[in-house]
Amino acid sequence: MIQVPEERRPTLSPQLAVRVAVLGGVALALFVIVFFRLWFLQVLSGDRYLAQARNNQERRIVLQAPRGTILDRNGAVLVDNRAAMSIQAVPTRLPAAPARRAELFRRLARLLGASPRRRPCRVGTSTLRLSDLRCTVERQHYQVPFANVTLEPDASRAQYSYLLEHQTQFPGVAAQPSYLRRYPFHGLAAQLFGTVGQVNTAELKDRNFAGVGQGTVVGQSGAEYSYDRYLRGVNGYERISVDSQGNTQGFRGERKPVAGKTLRLSLDLGLQREGQKALDAAQGLAHQNGNPGGGAAFVAMDPRDGEILGMGSSPTFDPNVFAKPISQRRYDALFGQSANYPQVNRAIAGAYPTGSTMKMITATAALESGTITPATVQDDSGSVVIGRIRFQNAGGAANGPVDLRNALRVSSDVYFYQLGAWMNSARPAGGPLQQWARRYGLGQDTGIDIQGEQPGNFPSPAWRARRNEQELRCEKRHRGRPCGISDLRSWSIGDNVNAAVGQGDVLASPLQMADAYSALANGGKLVRPHVGLQVEDGLGKVIQPIDPPARRRLKIAAANRQAILDGLHLAASAPGGTSADVFKGFPKPVYGKTGTAQRPNQADQSWYVCYVPDPVRPIVVAVTVEKGGFGAQAAAPAARLILSQWFHLKKQLVAGSSKTL
Amino acid sequence: MSATARPVTRSLEDVTRAPALPRLGIDWLLTLGALGLVACSLVTIRGATLHDVPGVPNFYVERQAIYAVVGLIVAIVLSRIDYSRLREMKFLIYGLLVGSNSLVLGIAGATRGSRRWIDLPFFRVQPSELGKALLVLALAAFITDGSRHLSERRFTARAMLLALGPALLVIAQPDLGTGMVYVFVALTLLFVAGTSWKHLTALVALFAVAISLVLVVAPAAGVHALKPYQVERLTGFVKPSHDPANQTYQITQSLIAIGAGGKTGRGDSATQTRFNFVPENQTDFIFSVVGETYGFAGAAVVLSLYALLIWRGLRILTTAKNLFGALVAGGILAMLIFQVFVNVGMTIGIMPITGVPLPLMSFGGSSMLVTFIALGLLQSIHVQARIATSAKTRGPLI
Repeated sequence: MIQVPEERRPTLSPQLAVRVAVLGGVALALFVIVFFRLWFLQVLSGDRYLAQARNNQERRIVLQAPRGTILDRNGAVLVDNRAAMSIQAVPTRLPAAPARRAELFRRLARLLGASPRRRPCRVGTSTLRLSDLRCTVERQHYQVPFANVTLEPDASRAQYSYLLEHQTQFPGVAAQPSYLRRYPFHGLAAQLFGTVGQVNTAELKDRNFAGVGQGTVVGQSGAEYSYDRYLRGVNGYERISVDSQGNTQGFRGERKPVAGKTLRLSLDLGLQREGQKALDAAQGLAHQNGNPGGGAAFVAMDPRDGEILGMGSSPTFDPNVFAKPISQRRYDALFGQSANYPQVNRAIAGAYPTGSTMKMITATAALESGTITPATVQDDSGSVVIGRIRFQNAGGAANGPVDLRNALRVSSDVYFYQLGAWMNSARPAGGPLQQWARRYGLGQDTGIDIQGEQPGNFPSPAWRARRNEQELRCEKRHRGRPCGISDLRSWSIGDNVNAAVGQGDVLASPLQMADAYSALANGGKLVRPHVGLQVEDGLGKVIQPIDPPARRRLKIAAANRQAILDGLHLAASAPGGTSADVFKGFPKPVYGKTGTAQRPNQADQSWYVCYVPDPVRPIVVAVTVEKGGFGAQAAAPAARLILSQWFHLKKQLVAGSSKTL
Repeated sequence: MSATARPVTRSLEDVTRAPALPRLGIDWLLTLGALGLVACSLVTIRGATLHDVPGVPNFYVERQAIYAVVGLIVAIVLSRIDYSRLREMKFLIYGLLVGSNSLVLGIAGATRGSRRWIDLPFFRVQPSELGKALLVLALAAFITDGSRHLSERRFTARAMLLALGPALLVIAQPDLGTGMVYVFVALTLLFVAGTSWKHLTALVALFAVAISLVLVVAPAAGVHALKPYQVERLTGFVKPSHDPANQTYQITQSLIAIGAGGKTGRGDSATQTRFNFVPENQTDFIFSVVGETYGFAGAAVVLSLYALLIWRGLRILTTAKNLFGALVAGGILAMLIFQVFVNVGMTIGIMPITGVPLPLMSFGGSSMLVTFIALGLLQSIHVQARIATSAKTRGPLI
């Protein structure tokens, strides 16, 4: 028994009372603080946190919309889709710990058959040593921060079923159904269709892609780019609720993807195929004649409204290779200098000297300016001296006295040199030749509905002065070293003489020439070429016809126009016509002009531009072959093949013998 | 009042004669508050853990209910004995406190991990949790014994060291939050006992310096007294948006959960706490579940129940029949106030993250048991005070 007498404390001492009061006060104060904080969080800011909570646990899975199909004018499928399974990385959900991340990428490399070797990888401005897969992820994450990164766009069934069965070993990696572009005709019109890819940061600012979300597949060139708005469709999504580990807890709804619209092109599949074959044939002919050949291009167009019936550029490429990621080395091998840049659409981006195909424009200028009449005769003695310089026909051949029609028939250079001399003007804008070249659209974009046009050039005194000025400024910057922009010669009559026959500083694309000849053929309407014909819905109903208005009307007197047409017809049919032997036995009337442009340090550029009237299906065809030799030797035979296809005639490859410029 | 007139000399037989008392003599409001909180705990845990153990929706609820029943029984037993008898066993109690916590440290050292519990045949106990009650009893006894020396600086220091020893053992386990409970309990005991304001101020200043040394100066000097994650938790709440993926992730998610609850809560459509965005949602972050599921209304009910406990505790403190009783009641109050404020403060982003459970609400046997022990002691103090009063006045028990 313990006696603890002092522990009896019957009344509350004043000191204890104070201290208990303090303790109670502290407790009360703490409760007040907690209550106010709760009031602030739950009652005042409740809505904001509620929104965050909803966001937190909802994940949207993008359902890719299939891109619209691209058809030819008769409904043949040129580009469509195939279903594929893509393997994607979700950058924000990849493991953060370096060791675990490295392990994940090793596993992925094994699964996808990628090399685990580390190679230098440029990410933004820094270069890291990373495996190929990681390089892809880091790079794309840098470019498009919040989008999933496609590691394998076209996974095999074995690959994605392994991934699904071993999902825990692959955190942040998901298999997703997607669509890949399919090009059944491989290299056919590849440059014209263009390519597709995930939208990048720069493209997000493009007005053409207004409203496009990150990670969307968009058209990046060609018709895919121009008509992306229609072809793209609208991606859908599935809303699922997830827990903090990202495990699916339930389905909350979805928005179905809306497939892209169908784009019908004005292209004719048969003509397109024949055109590309014809380019190969033309290059074969060039080789036979000892010319190396190079790139080539053709344009076939309806002169009435600018519908492109065929447009090809050689060499071409198979866009199916872009289904898989492509290494820089392979890219260079397929699309670099050694492959002669197959991605360049030479039909619109090739700026070449036109050679004698220019004579149609020179003739219009001379006739319309009153410099000559169709009956004006000049004696072609094989050469002419203008301003102390002797200008010669090719091979110095003499054609004797010729009027305009015959000058076109035999492609008399002397006749047209003289026209160039007569029409020379020192005024900055130049004389009638410059005026008509501009009216026919040289030196300007045609405004075709695909990107990548080169406007080319038609020289004038002002242009030469501008180039000289640039050269001087450049030399000043480089302390007097010549920059090669110009030789600092001022405009002379010789410039105009050369321009009159499509030499010198004249540069134009096959499309520009086809457009100019179309204007002559249709009576003066300079049309705006276009590859799109109409946009259709899934049932073939037209949603958007594509029929751009003509660019302008040229006033060409009927008699003058007829004289030029006569000359072009004689050239393709009469004895001595430059392409008469090429079109021997061709049943339709052909109005065509050969061209052979001399280029510094390489073989001649072979040209042929022609018009074939027809009440139902008139056509203008322009063909050019780099380093192809004379126009009649390479380009004209190709044009005949194309025309034969268009008019369902027997195809004959007939090489011409005319050696005129 | 003559203290010697009727010496209090009671044996255990006297105490166990309790049924002779008219009614139980306990504080019914205190009991009601405790049972109310247990009910809230069961309902809340059920909602939060419905899908945590596949196929056993009531896994946590059943266990928590068992802990509560065991706790209740312990509390009833304690309320029937005279707490004053425990004062004699202060060395035993203090030995148990230090011994059990050292044992945990020893086991943890042997298994090279961090462990806070001891495995017993049927359950595991967390000595640091039970230690809270042991510390209150032992320290209250020491202070009562030395109450004549309260004004001496040496006594204050010795009392404080008695608490700091076990506190450091607990912090080393590592259980920083509970260690801080120990320190707070010790300070409150000294405060209630009547230590001079000067000593208390000096102690508080000393702790402030120590904390800033551990959190700011030592890491800067390259000495890591605490594990880096502990420092980040302690400082992270100041800037929750700084690093939402790691240490402050919990605070951010908890704030979203509680805020989303709004006035009346999201009920079954609560997602933050049901889909485990808030981690530890049935233990340390149970208040987030209350906040999200039942809103401001639910949170207010729970907080009011704690206020009820604290009010009754303060009342019992003032009516205690002796200093030991008053000190035990004060220590228990300190433990409750500190835990409630630190835990709730943590979930609403005004206190750092420390592993302090919410008494009676958080899932866990040791925490439930120690809280019921504390409440049983409070009831005992209450009952003994009434017995003493009735013996003195011979009036009827109200």
